[in-house]
Amino acid sequence: MISTYWQNIKSAFSTSLSGLKTTFKHFVEARHVHKPVGISSPDYFNQDKGIMTLSYPHESLPIPDNGRYKLHNEIDDCIVCDKCAKVCPVDCIDIEPIRAVSEIGKTSDGTSKRIHAAKFDIDMAKCCFCGLCTTVCPTECLTMTKSFDFSEYDVDDHTYSFATMTPLEILTKKKELEEFEASKKKTQEAAAPKTERKADSEPSAEKKKPAKPVFRPRPMIKKKKDGDA
Amino acid sequence: MSTIIFFLPYLLIVVIFAVYGERKISAFIQDRLGPMEVGYYGILQSIADLLKLIQKEDIVPKAADKKLFLVAPILIFVIVFAGFSLLPVTSSWHGATAETGIFFLLAIVSLDVIGIIMAGWASNNKYALLGAVRSAAQIIAYEVPLTLSVLCVIVLTQTLDLQTISYQQGIWVNQVEPDSVNYLFGLMSIGIDITNVGGILSWNVVRMPFLFLVWVIFFIASLAECNRAPFDLPEAESELVAGFQTEYSGFRWSIIMLAEYGMMLLVSILGVILFYGSWNTPFPNIGSFKLAEWTGGLPGTTSGNILSAFWLISKTSLMIFLQMWVRWTFPRVRIDQLMSIGWKYLTPFALFFLLLCGVWRLLMI
Repeated sequence: MISTYWQNIKSAFSTSLSGLKTTFKHFVEARHVHKPVGISSPDYFNQDKGIMTLSYPHESLPIPDNGRYKLHNEIDDCIVCDKCAKVCPVDCIDIEPIRAVSEIGKTSDGTSKRIHAAKFDIDMAKCCFCGLCTTVCPTECLTMTKSFDFSEYDVDDHTYSFATMTPLEILTKKKELEEFEASKKKTQEAAAPKTERKADSEPSAEKKKPAKPVFRPRPMIKKKKDGDA
Repeated sequence: MSTIIFFLPYLLIVVIFAVYGERKISAFIQDRLGPMEVGYYGILQSIADLLKLIQKEDIVPKAADKKLFLVAPILIFVIVFAGFSLLPVTSSWHGATAETGIFFLLAIVSLDVIGIIMAGWASNNKYALLGAVRSAAQIIAYEVPLTLSVLCVIVLTQTLDLQTISYQQGIWVNQVEPDSVNYLFGLMSIGIDITNVGGILSWNVVRMPFLFLVWVIFFIASLAECNRAPFDLPEAESELVAGFQTEYSGFRWSIIMLAEYGMMLLVSILGVILFYGSWNTPFPNIGSFKLAEWTGGLPGTTSGNILSAFWLISKTSLMIFLQMWVRWTFPRVRIDQLMSIGWKYLTPFALFFLLLCGVWRLLMI
């Protein structure tokens, strides 16, 4: 009983002193501050002393160049093929295409552009950063960038528009297309009587195509509904 | 009595810097940066907090005892601040010249618990009441060793006047007690007269080396007295929300906070006066190097006032740092552990050291 009493005093002193020593060591070492180096730096694991805090908006860890965060579309290289919008599992890409009457130019890899993008919106608030859209992109114009800090006050500001067409341009292009289709129809009708059967079958084949796309992502909800019913 | 001109602004400035210092010290101990945004290196953070607190609404709970609730914080602060009336600032600027100086100080500071119980009771909140009851239990357990450890010093100094105690620990002792002689370690039989050497050698901890252990008891008890970690059971934010101050907001809460830091400052100054040479310089006279005279200054002169105030304030700041260091090192003790530390360990040892000090006093004369 008495011996535990003295042992308690002894251990109280020794543990208190070692505790104070530990905290004082940290207090003194606080004159070192960790430098914001990334994991790729050989110094990364050498910084084992001092203040760890990263004062974020003022300094940040370097992001590797192949970081996959915010989506970016290089609209000049985009052929508006709509593959990205189709593959997107959360439907965050919204595209409004206008077919051009002729080739409007070439992308940097030589693919010819035949469709205007009246609207190319990506809603980053919905994006799940899976990167599927970048893999299906045939011209590699849709990429993920290393920019990761794009918080906004309004959730609508998370929708990024990449289309560069003005409303007037969109209107004129639409009109051009209408006129072109109307004139095409006329010329077809004028040339029609000779090959009526062929002309009849061809448009129907064309109409069937969009109804059966090669790839159609199936939302899970639909399956569930079937099961419920 | 004019020391109020010094202590009221000093207390406010200390609180502002102590809150900032406490945040920075805790941050550095935990490898963090602490406040960084308001002002250079976050230096204006506590001023910003103060402004925020003053703007806040003064809320009184519906079920609270309104009169007691409103008075309690002011009572707590007044009682703590009354303790300052007895403290000396410099060698020639002393507090109230009460013959019973330190006795009065201990008596009035113990009243603090009345304010705390009042606040806890009037809040009509279970957490506040629990905090107040804990505070009462704690204060009884810790007043005893605190008083006994102070008594150890009183036995050696033979006076209750804090300014006389201060004079006894330096080279100017003969200005108040013309016949007294300071011996090394207080032992007459060694026969080394250090009355004119002064410095650290004439401090109470060196005059009676066991006083260091007495100071440890005093320090632990004073932490409990201030309700500071590791004895912050009355507040215990992880168990009782904020203890007795749970229902307070804005200005009244900041008054409680002010009283808390005031208590910290008070016991720090008291510890320095009783054990670590009060406003005396730590440098002794060595031969023709009259360091004690040069760094102490003759009482009554301008340099004497400035230097003695400097030593008192810097020693006190060191004590406050020590309190913060302890706070951010140790976890809170349990209520039964607290009782056992108070009654089973500190009180018997304080009694033993009181006996030892009595014997030492016999060897001093």
